[in-house]
Amino acid sequence: MKKTCLHQAHIDFGAKMVDFGGWEMPINYGSQIEEHHAVRKDKGMFDVSHMTVVDLQGDDSEAFLLKLLPNDVRKLSNGKALYSTMLNKNGGVIDDLIVYKRGENNYRIVVNAATREKDLAWMEKQVESYNAQLQEKPELAMIAVQGPNAIEACLKVLPENISQQLSELNKFCAIDAENYFIGRTGYTGEDGVEIMIAEDDARKLWDDLANAGVQPCGLGARDTLRLEAGMHLYGQDMDENISPLECGLTWTIRKTDNDFIGADALQAIKDKGISKKMTGVVLSEKGILRHDQELIDENGPCGIITSGSFSPSAEVAIGMAIVNKDIGEDVKVQIRKKQLVVKLVKLPFVRNGQSNI
Amino acid sequence: MSYVPDNLKYTESHEWIEILDNGNIRVGITEHAQSALGDIVFVELPEEESYAAGDDCGVVESVKTASDIYAPISGTIVAVNDALEDSPELINESPYDDGWIFEMEIEDEDDLEDLLSSDEYKNSIEEDQDEDEDE
Repeated sequence: MKKTCLHQAHIDFGAKMVDFGGWEMPINYGSQIEEHHAVRKDKGMFDVSHMTVVDLQGDDSEAFLLKLLPNDVRKLSNGKALYSTMLNKNGGVIDDLIVYKRGENNYRIVVNAATREKDLAWMEKQVESYNAQLQEKPELAMIAVQGPNAIEACLKVLPENISQQLSELNKFCAIDAENYFIGRTGYTGEDGVEIMIAEDDARKLWDDLANAGVQPCGLGARDTLRLEAGMHLYGQDMDENISPLECGLTWTIRKTDNDFIGADALQAIKDKGISKKMTGVVLSEKGILRHDQELIDENGPCGIITSGSFSPSAEVAIGMAIVNKDIGEDVKVQIRKKQLVVKLVKLPFVRNGQSNI
Repeated sequence: MSYVPDNLKYTESHEWIEILDNGNIRVGITEHAQSALGDIVFVELPEEESYAAGDDCGVVESVKTASDIYAPISGTIVAVNDALEDSPELINESPYDDGWIFEMEIEDEDDLEDLLSSDEYKNSIEEDQDEDEDE
């Protein structure tokens, strides 16, 4: 199994390690619920060095990204980040990603670890006809520091010149310094940063953050945090067999100059009529919602839970679900032999510490 | 190595079995099992009815995953731990005591012979760990 450069830190901090898409990663360091609360109420950190960082440079970089991605990279000024899907020709989602603009025709892209190989192959194939070069950056570690007090802790730990910039950094923007690339981004629904740093420097930063009171958090807490925040997980909430129009990601599709890969397929889906949508689901009875459970309304099967778990913040079972657009009023979920009542709610469930349930 | 009390019997599916004075058995999941599951947030308690050895009779759900509980031997469930409905975390906090799951009137005392001793169970979880490390 592959290990990140922080593997020994996880062992030293008492992590329970699991196989995560071929990477040996921490699932928790004791209690994933406590780690979840640390991020919602204070500050926590995650090793996300397994994620794939790719730099893009060359005169046609912007033109290439306009073709590759349905979101509009022309919206980006230098130092800004954009979330986008990446589609195949059928309009299915190959992956979701973050793209940072570093300068004219100079971008940094972060894609999922589990989809690394197919993403790189797809991007390499598409870039062939452009004057642009992709370069993977496996030598970078990445630590996400998240929570209402996360940035305050980072200010104490980072070098003064970086702290100065961080104190003025807007949301969804990045500091692009010599040894630090810091985006005010995340996957928890809380304020915070994602810090890319040379592998050799990662352990010291991890230890410094821990000494500043930042709770190490595993992938378990990361999943319940992102689920409460209504953020999609690739492979569960979307994949190559569904378009962004049917899974709550329409907002990632630009409306003008839509000559990106998959645009024609999306138009065909629109012309035919979009029949599905993404919704939040709350279980009204005791139990836990899980990926792949079926939803049933007055007319029969009407959707599927794509992500489900226990919400540590709201202390009920919550899920994201892809359902028929004309779903009925009385909806139940099939859990083993029982059908239990659920309530449909708007996403997100929780944002910046506030529960909407 | 997690705690495995000597006075209990065990199954390979990580249930512990205590033989009560009245001949019934009390069943829960082991410390090793609760630790592997992580924070337990829901328990679907068994119905008070008869089960054959190996039948799934309830479910323990952690934040991470759902895990079936099996009847260790054939018999009739005569009591369940209602406290788990509101406090499923008792299984994490006290797996061998307050976190018990159900009591069963057993059909045939000889079936107890099929259960693992504490040493046999310790060996079985060590083998699991060795396999994990070999991967």
